[in-house]
Amino acid sequence: MRAPVSDHFSDPVSGPVGGPGAAASPNLTSVIVCMGPGGVGKTTTAAALALRAARAGRRACVVTIDPARRLADALGVNGVGNEPHFVPAPAGAWPGELWAVMLDAQSTFDNLVGRYATAPAQAEAILANPVYRNISAALSGTQEYMAIEKLYELQESGAYDLIVVDTPPAQHALDFLEAPAHLARLLDNRVFRLLMTPTRAGLRALEIGAQLMLRTISKIAGGQVVADTVQFFTQFEGMEEGFRERAARAERLLRSELTSFALVCSPRRDSMEEALYLVSQLAASGVRPGTVVVNRCYPLYPALAPEAVTALAATPLAPLLANLEELRMVAATENDQLGRVVAALPDATLYRVAFLARDVYDLDGLAEVADHLAD
Amino acid sequence: MRSTTLFSTARVLIVTGKGGTGKTTVSGVLANLAAREGLRAMVFQIGAPGARYEPGTVQLARLFGSDEVLGYEASVLVANAAGGSVHARAVTPDTALVEYLHLHGMRRLSRRLVNSGALDVVATAVPGMPDMLVLGKLKQMERAAAAGQPEAPDVILLDAPAAGHAVRFLQSPRGLLEAAGGGPVRAQAEEVVQMLSDPQRCRVVLVTTPEETPVSETVETAQLLERRAGVSILAVVVNGRLPVLSLPSEPEAAGLDALARAAGVRLGRQQLEGLVAAARLRLERQEVQAAQVARLGRELALPQLELPFCFDADLRPQQLATLTDALSTAVAAGLEVAP
Repeated sequence: MRAPVSDHFSDPVSGPVGGPGAAASPNLTSVIVCMGPGGVGKTTTAAALALRAARAGRRACVVTIDPARRLADALGVNGVGNEPHFVPAPAGAWPGELWAVMLDAQSTFDNLVGRYATAPAQAEAILANPVYRNISAALSGTQEYMAIEKLYELQESGAYDLIVVDTPPAQHALDFLEAPAHLARLLDNRVFRLLMTPTRAGLRALEIGAQLMLRTISKIAGGQVVADTVQFFTQFEGMEEGFRERAARAERLLRSELTSFALVCSPRRDSMEEALYLVSQLAASGVRPGTVVVNRCYPLYPALAPEAVTALAATPLAPLLANLEELRMVAATENDQLGRVVAALPDATLYRVAFLARDVYDLDGLAEVADHLAD
Repeated sequence: MRSTTLFSTARVLIVTGKGGTGKTTVSGVLANLAAREGLRAMVFQIGAPGARYEPGTVQLARLFGSDEVLGYEASVLVANAAGGSVHARAVTPDTALVEYLHLHGMRRLSRRLVNSGALDVVATAVPGMPDMLVLGKLKQMERAAAAGQPEAPDVILLDAPAAGHAVRFLQSPRGLLEAAGGGPVRAQAEEVVQMLSDPQRCRVVLVTTPEETPVSETVETAQLLERRAGVSILAVVVNGRLPVLSLPSEPEAAGLDALARAAGVRLGRQQLEGLVAAARLRLERQEVQAAQVARLGRELALPQLELPFCFDADLRPQQLATLTDALSTAVAAGLEVAP
């Protein structure tokens, strides 16, 4: 039997069946957003959290962004496109369902355009516009926004009990949280609004400030850019409302009680510094990660008495003692770093994932990480 | 004398690698080595527009024992008797654009452009514009140095975005040339592409750790960088290599116990098991690292420069000195640079 939902106060993966009234609602898919600096194993952790839920009998889907190729192969999402892929359980390894999708930001964006275009011709014109290609490929925050869009789409489908979403490595957590609002804000930008007026009133009717702005842009980037941009916004007309509304709904999902945040980090000082910076930014926007996953922790081996160390210094055991001392030093500094994240997030559930013998690139490896994420 | 080849091939060194492999630390170590050789080194950190704090800048300053937060104005992190120095500053696309406009007689436009959010428009309409602006700033400094301007740095280091993004980052000026457009942006892009594709002026230093996924990504990134961005790679820095201890290949508690007793020491069971487990972990890691270093050598014909793992995770001037010594030794031992 699967736990259909979880409420705000429980662990969304393995937590108890949801709060009062929860079961009555047809779609209360919970969401975990994994955030953290680059190189700490975010994608792996996201997949392991989904696997953990599948083990608990739930239908879990992980949205990965740019996974390492071998992990993508293990999940079967390499080159499969933008739709969830069912990951078959090896010999009853988990009773639930594990799905994985590798985000394709470009086609997610194209789908959105298709959805909100008033006519197929409008969608076609927009998809062909060079400025649209640039926005969808290069505008900062687009990948983040499309990850959220994908998340929203999957959540809306009601096909899953849990969706775990990986995020692009960010020093700036707000890039992700504010991504839905980003495009909307861009559309609200004064300059863009002015750019959209020419069709209605003609360039001559533009106020002087706008003309100056256009001239500036064209001076810096060339006239073609201005022409393309004007054309894009002309083509886009009538679609902003749909985009804006959907962005607002996606943002509400991120802010809702269904969504929890997991901070993924490593116990190395520099990485912890970035993670704590993320936490402070999240706090400023009212978000507190409920889960902290610290990856690649060295074990703390028991120390030897100083007399024993002295007595053994000239024996064949010396290199083993040296090794013990070095590894203990790593573990001790790591513990200091762990203390910092605990102090910053005292209420969060903390998981320490031990340094694994090899990189995680298959389902066995993921299972091993998932073991560390068990309570 | 050979270590000067590291800095005599090209004035601009772009440091990139998978996230978490130590790009910022390696940038600092490279700069410190340059300073030891009596050179003026400038490290650029890329900041997000409007950001007041970048963890990378704090890391870099701390490595040199400073609590300063690096900003737009260059900070001096080291100045030594040999005349060498390390300077660092943050650069953001908007400050780079404003500076560019100032230099090109468009001072009045610049403020309005940034304040009104028009930079967003330009950045949106022109692919890779923010990246190009940062690289343009680098190029401007490189030209100043080449022209022999006093105060110009001898070595310019860019602590660049993580590997996946680095390809896009370094490709952006080319993309910009392909896109329709004209004016100063195009001219700027042309000059940046010239710099990036000239191995006498600019090279990339890749940073990796000796582990499977980072090595795989490094190999991939190296190929993409050379093919798509047209940059030359100087070397791969293999960061975090565990010093090799000669440990018994199959440690077990009973054997260790006997050795300890022979020296008159009685160790507890937990201690013996701890010693065994620690030795096994070390052996395992050493083996993985050796295998990955060998694979890197097979798959990528580039000089490898190894830096040791710092057991003390807090990187401060003492660790900087150790790492700089190690880099100096590695360069002397193994850097052969194609002209």
